[in-house]
Amino acid sequence: MSTTSTILPKDEAAAQGELNVQINGTWHRFAPGTRIADACNTVGAHVPCFCYHPKLAIAGSCRMCLVEQGMPPRLAPGQEPSYDAQGYQPLQWMPRAIIACANTVSENMGIRTTGNITAEARRGVLEFLLSNHPLDCPICDQAGECKLQEYSSDYGSGTSRFQEEKTKKGKNIDLGPRVNLDQERCVLCHRCVRFMRDIVGEEVLGAVGRGSNCAISCYPGLKLDSNYSLNTVDLCPVGALTSKDFRFKMRVWFLKSTPSIDVNCGTGSNISIWSREQEIYRLTPRQNDQVNSCWMPDSHRLNYKYINAEERILNPTVRTDIGAPQRESTWDACLKLSAEQLQKCEASKTAIIVSARMTNEELYLVRALAKQLGIKEIASVSRKGKSDGMLISADGNPNTTGEQMIIAEKATALEGICSGIKSGRITALLALGEDITAEAGLSADNIKNLDYLLTLAHSKNGTTELADVTLPGVTFAEKYGTMINVTGRIQRLNQAIEPIGNSRDDWSILRDLIILLGSEDEKLAALKSARDLVTIMADEFAAMAGLTWGSIGNDGKAIISTGVTIPLIEREQASK
Amino acid sequence: MSKINYLPGKEPHPSETRRIFRNVDREGYNPSIECFIEDGGYKLLADALKKQPSEIIDEVKKSGLRGRGGAGFPTGVKWTFIPRGNTKPVYLICNCDESEPGTFKDRFVVHQDPHQLIEGMIISCFAVGAHFGVVYMREEFPEAAKIMQKALDDAKSKNFLGKDILGSGFDLEIILHRGAGAYICGEETSLINSIEGLRPYPRIKPPFFPAAIGLYGCPTIVNNVESLCQVRQVMEMGGEVFAQTGAPRSPGTRIIGVSGDVKRPGYYEVVSGSITFGELLNDLCGGPKEGRSFKAIIPGGSSSKVMRCDAQLKAANGSPMSVFDIALDLDSIAAHGSMSGSGGVIVMDDSRSMPKVLNNLNRFYAWESCGQCTPCREGNPWMLKLTNRMLSGNAAPGDVDLLKDVADQICGKTVCAFGEACAWPTQAFIAKFREEFVALTEPINALKPHSDEARAARQFLGRED
Amino acid sequence: MSDTSNPIEALAAHHDSPGEPFYPKFATSPKLIKEAKKLVALYPEGKAQSAVLPIIHLVQKQFGFISDESQQWIAEMCKSSVIHVAGVVSFYPGIHRKCPGKNHVRVCRTLSCALGGGEEMFALLCDKMGIDTKSMSDDEPVGISADGIWSIEAVECLANCGFGPNVMVNDKLYSQVGEAKIDEIIAAHSN
Repeated sequence: MSTTSTILPKDEAAAQGELNVQINGTWHRFAPGTRIADACNTVGAHVPCFCYHPKLAIAGSCRMCLVEQGMPPRLAPGQEPSYDAQGYQPLQWMPRAIIACANTVSENMGIRTTGNITAEARRGVLEFLLSNHPLDCPICDQAGECKLQEYSSDYGSGTSRFQEEKTKKGKNIDLGPRVNLDQERCVLCHRCVRFMRDIVGEEVLGAVGRGSNCAISCYPGLKLDSNYSLNTVDLCPVGALTSKDFRFKMRVWFLKSTPSIDVNCGTGSNISIWSREQEIYRLTPRQNDQVNSCWMPDSHRLNYKYINAEERILNPTVRTDIGAPQRESTWDACLKLSAEQLQKCEASKTAIIVSARMTNEELYLVRALAKQLGIKEIASVSRKGKSDGMLISADGNPNTTGEQMIIAEKATALEGICSGIKSGRITALLALGEDITAEAGLSADNIKNLDYLLTLAHSKNGTTELADVTLPGVTFAEKYGTMINVTGRIQRLNQAIEPIGNSRDDWSILRDLIILLGSEDEKLAALKSARDLVTIMADEFAAMAGLTWGSIGNDGKAIISTGVTIPLIEREQASK
Repeated sequence: MSKINYLPGKEPHPSETRRIFRNVDREGYNPSIECFIEDGGYKLLADALKKQPSEIIDEVKKSGLRGRGGAGFPTGVKWTFIPRGNTKPVYLICNCDESEPGTFKDRFVVHQDPHQLIEGMIISCFAVGAHFGVVYMREEFPEAAKIMQKALDDAKSKNFLGKDILGSGFDLEIILHRGAGAYICGEETSLINSIEGLRPYPRIKPPFFPAAIGLYGCPTIVNNVESLCQVRQVMEMGGEVFAQTGAPRSPGTRIIGVSGDVKRPGYYEVVSGSITFGELLNDLCGGPKEGRSFKAIIPGGSSSKVMRCDAQLKAANGSPMSVFDIALDLDSIAAHGSMSGSGGVIVMDDSRSMPKVLNNLNRFYAWESCGQCTPCREGNPWMLKLTNRMLSGNAAPGDVDLLKDVADQICGKTVCAFGEACAWPTQAFIAKFREEFVALTEPINALKPHSDEARAARQFLGRED
Repeated sequence: MSDTSNPIEALAAHHDSPGEPFYPKFATSPKLIKEAKKLVALYPEGKAQSAVLPIIHLVQKQFGFISDESQQWIAEMCKSSVIHVAGVVSFYPGIHRKCPGKNHVRVCRTLSCALGGGEEMFALLCDKMGIDTKSMSDDEPVGISADGIWSIEAVECLANCGFGPNVMVNDKLYSQVGEAKIDEIIAAHSN
């Protein structure tokens, strides 16, 4: 830096509301209030932490994040500070390491995450943590994503000097319906205790005993049965809390994680889908501070079993004649037959029931299909319930906002269709993505009134049993697409596994049908992926203007203002 | 004032200066409020209430009074750490959790002269602007709890406590809160958590200290019993006069409790720096037991580093001196690598095995570790297991170095000062008496398994190749 | 699915003790509730949890120990959760989860008293009270005589180091305890 510059870095930073912090010899700028651990991690100087979690109150107890700190010298009264050539004050390094999680950065602070003091502190803490640890990685579910394992390999000594009898604690404890506890693996970071107390507001977990007999526990008769209990398993940096659902199922290093969103309610919690080959093993929440913070409800997390279930429809089925049994067919034959049959249906006597569980792209194609067929009556099934005051939305559909934007149905549309079916006014129905025998208010007898029923579904249900044509679509884990959550945020679903059996991605089924029905839309014909539909839709819907699949990103984008908020996120933002 | 007579056999030594312990073992004295008032008690309070709180703080700062709980932090300075412009309630807590092994001074104040403490505490509360005070008393003082509760009730009935104290407009409630046998509660933030009804884990500091964020998130001052009694002395003598007695940087008297291998163990109140360890142990305490000689001194509670009596020390001017030449004040002891701490001197003579002594202390710290932070929770039982193994003859010479390494790994890395408190004894005992530890070891032990796990590992995980 | 010895169940488990006949069985009463509320009222508004230790002392004084039922009641009185109360109860060595004997004896085992022979006094006391020293461990620090008259516990520093060995019987401290004094102590509390 040239000496002609008269503005000191501290003034320069202050003008932008920032602070200068030297990390491992390089100066960086951070906003005031940034925790040292976060500051270091953002510039690639890794600070290992067990107890620190950005969403939880500070505990400062694991001592893993000890770093070396330097400060400018304390000035005697009247003494002028001195500056180096770059305009920074010299740093005096403290002989004692400090924890990086509880302390925030300050002007002209120096941090060293390398060097003897930090290395020795980390090695020491790891040796202590492992001294009474059962070292049972070969049978531990956490192996592969265990912080204790990672840090031991990065900062540990590799051998143990502890030759004494280990402290014995409880193992394989039933903590609640979904969570198991191994107290010997526990590093007593108290993350689970803090989460249940501060985020969920149920004090069911606590520490008991003292000294080396300290352990996490719940009280007899009071189980960890909150619908958010599995978040403690995510939070647990080691294998102390394990998910009963995932226990002993798969080694995590064999799993591929795909970023996606939860489709069980209007919140659209961001998730990771963990799969190996064609099987889904677990879902975990993915951090998004505008949607679900770092959490998700257990009921949604565990609702993935249907993806690899027996009930999946693996081939298209058709009924060639009235009263004939359904039989499996090929896609080509089935789609051709469907197109022929649909063309025979009178448009004024045909209706479509769509699902607000479909992606925007699918809904867009449903609309195009309706247009192609000249169908005017189109409706979706609403799922209004109650919010749990946390992350579960009152809206049980994940894409109501998108459905309203694309289909723009009348409020009484569904009632009209149902009564039309009952009265015989409607004789043909396309049930797309909905089991109309379940929540639409139609009975099997009502449906038998229909002359023709075509359905698009991924699993066998009441409707597929009665349908003349069943087109097997896929679940959320097998497709790309976008949905708009209750707050008006557009978010992406990503394909984690290939469509099961001979099922096909819903959008492509709809597109092929539209073309077979005589559409000459070249853009449609040229589509390779649902992802490309985003660009096409962006031209049509003002809210999506300028959007592309890529620009939505893994965190989504707020595009519509609905006025709806997510209670947990509101609370989190208010506490900042 | 009438001449003070002490109970026969309990007379103070001529070298003593009884201020805080003025009424301890005094003939005809009892812990009642009447007795205290008759002796001139609560006059200082009436005077203090006429002053500005800032005047009292200035006076205490001027006195140079340093906390008597162990850390020796200047009391007046601690008081000024309450943030300026604070609008939250301020709390003052009297730390009567006296639990540092070797320390037994506060016991006699609260048993025999509780109003002295209460008066000092009211004055201190007035100075810092606290309207709610807590005497945190260890559970092992059940009789003192009764006495203190009665004293507080009596003080309230005479309007030394309660609303509009002595017409000054100052309100103050003081309650007695009893612990339940945990050493860690003597740590001020752990004590605060104990009062809040939480598990008494010490709080992390920095960034926040109790004077800024303490009890119920409000500014809180925690002072030791003796410190609060000394505040009363400062009020009586005036800050400047107080500062003139004793060692320049730690003025006033100190109550020294001597235990262990001396002829007359007990408590002695002396002007700080006025006598040396030699005078204390040989004159006041009557020297070593018959036929014995002094071997080691733990100068300020079990956590302070042990000093070896035959060590050759160097005075500030370079001339040779011995442990017995060290003056009894904070800085002189600190200059020779230990600390005066809480004033509990534990003496060991040549009949004692140092590994056995350390083993006793390690058991104490392993038992008392709260378990919050990793190094202390895991390190203390390890140190205990190592000294256990040394005493049972199953250790190897390398284990002595390992023991010291474990202590080094705890020291300076914990949430609270317990980390230092538990590491210092091990570090010092090994540094000073290494040969005694090594003598208990056998090289062959390095090859033996020392636990069921190690045995099982050999049996099942052994390699033939 | 859980293993047989469940540390969670242990938090509420009842431990049989020969000392039980000497204490009433825990039961709430209007008087007890009133006393507990008085303790809560000592602390600032909304800080009922501060009264957890005082209420524990209240219960322990009357009923000898903290039972499962009393933990639940204490949690209710100080508006806390029962796991929190269990956390506090299991932290402090001064709180008993098992009923002590009619007379509870605490013997200091820390350095100053140990130098004065505290450990020998402990063994002697156990012998005279008919308590097996082997029945005690860090997990089970209290030993109780078969007749329930005595229970004994080795404790850390009682803060009377200059006058060791120190022994506390109930609320009374005995210092400079030697063989002769032990007989006195036992005689004084035997009836």
